[in-house]
Amino acid sequence: MDRFSVFSARLVDKSENFTSGHRACQGCAEALAVRLVMKALGRDTIVAMSTGCMEIISSPLPLTSWKVPWIHNAFENSAAVISGCESGMKAMMRKGKLPAKKINFVGMGGDGATADIGMGALSGALERGHDMIYVCYDNEAYMNTGIQRSSSTPFGASTTTSPAGKASMGQHTRKKNMAQIAVAHNIPYVATACSSFPFDLMEKVKRASETPGAAYVHILSVCPTGWRIQPHDAIKYGRLAVDACVFPLYEVVNGKYSLTYRPQRIIPVKEYLGGQGRFRHLTEKQVEQIQAFVDTDYQKIVKLSDEV
Amino acid sequence: MAKPMEQITWQELEIGAVVTEVGSARQYHTGSWRSERPVVNKDQCIKCGVCWLFCPDISIVRAAEGHFEADLTYCKGCGICAKECPVGCITMVGEEE
Ligand SMILES: Cc1ncc(C[n+]2csc(CCOP(=O)(O)OP(=O)(O)O)c2C)c(N)n1
Ligand code: SF4
Ligand code: SF4
Ligand code: SF4
Ligand SMILES: [Mg+2]
Repeated sequence: MDRFSVFSARLVDKSENFTSGHRACQGCAEALAVRLVMKALGRDTIVAMSTGCMEIISSPLPLTSWKVPWIHNAFENSAAVISGCESGMKAMMRKGKLPAKKINFVGMGGDGATADIGMGALSGALERGHDMIYVCYDNEAYMNTGIQRSSSTPFGASTTTSPAGKASMGQHTRKKNMAQIAVAHNIPYVATACSSFPFDLMEKVKRASETPGAAYVHILSVCPTGWRIQPHDAIKYGRLAVDACVFPLYEVVNGKYSLTYRPQRIIPVKEYLGGQGRFRHLTEKQVEQIQAFVDTDYQKIVKLSDEV
Repeated sequence: MAKPMEQITWQELEIGAVVTEVGSARQYHTGSWRSERPVVNKDQCIKCGVCWLFCPDISIVRAAEGHFEADLTYCKGCGICAKECPVGCITMVGEEE
């Protein structure tokens, strides 16, 4: 059941903390994800962001799309920087040098920044238990530098460094499951989200903000440029990923899993893969193999969610 | 921003390249990227705001009459609003020279 269908777009807060004039490609659902995350967080927020598409498109000097204090970081550093901000400001509040106030300390990065190069810094920050949120915008490759594979690129996707051809079926390793790596840190809140499900996404970010301690939110962010789809189909493909159970929407509160959306009709992965240029080369057999991976992974989440 | 971005030289940047004006990107008008524009049929619009919520470029505004329409200063013409509108009252129309 879709428990968010009662929400109305019209009732969503009209104020924007991430402004137009940003330079993302047409139809970039990663930029939409940033916009929605910032709606949910509000102005009392400090963001540290790793380089990547979202950093580049929002901060070409001397301009900025941000309406909150925002710190540009080297590729691997956002979790380290934001955990330092949290500790520093908490100490200053304790000493009365800053007025005590609830502030969202938020680290953000792409899938490359999160699952590859920034993994160590992120793991350290989660383990230390800072009162922070880390948001990963997962567009399933290093898009900003020209669609190179990351450890979050799905099995079978063609990228410039995992090109499909006579000798290769594209990415031949399985996508790293960052949400479950975050869960393994025993932090109080982990969630997956997608900008095609805006209410679910904003609710989860709010819950992450209300949770004392470290929270991790992993957002599937459709990238028309890298996925080789039409810009107007960006929202549709996020929906297909969720309805095919390729990217289940769930949250894990104090270790307890719960699916926040169960598709009314689970669609075959073929319907999700088809039409995406990055999967165009796949044979029927390879698609079947992907379907088998998806079925197994989804059943695991269903089982964890059904546990009482 | 006191000055248009083209006139700012590197000597005038703040130490640490700090940008002190929030949301200043709005002086960069991405509407010039567009090859198609969304046109809303006002009479069919049910004023649901779905187009507004899904626009990655924060380029849908509410008109005085209550319906929603594109802010062409920033709209890049991606077509998401037209695709997602539940009543199909947005049409993408080619821009002409
Ligand atoms: C240490 C370091 N290595 C490489 C780069 C070049 N670089 C900048 S952004 C980027 C890719 C970012 O990918 P991801 O984190 O997935 O974000 P996306 O652009 O896909 O949103 C790379 C390789 C860098 N800036 N620093
Ligand atoms: S390459 Fe992809 S993620 Fe990056 S700005 Fe373009 S559409 Fe967005
Ligand atoms: S075409 Fe795209 S950028 Fe323009 S208003 Fe519609 S959703 Fe926004
Ligand atoms: S989505 Fe369509 S019906 Fe809803 S407000 Fe936008 S134009 Fe009107
Ligand atoms: Mg990426």
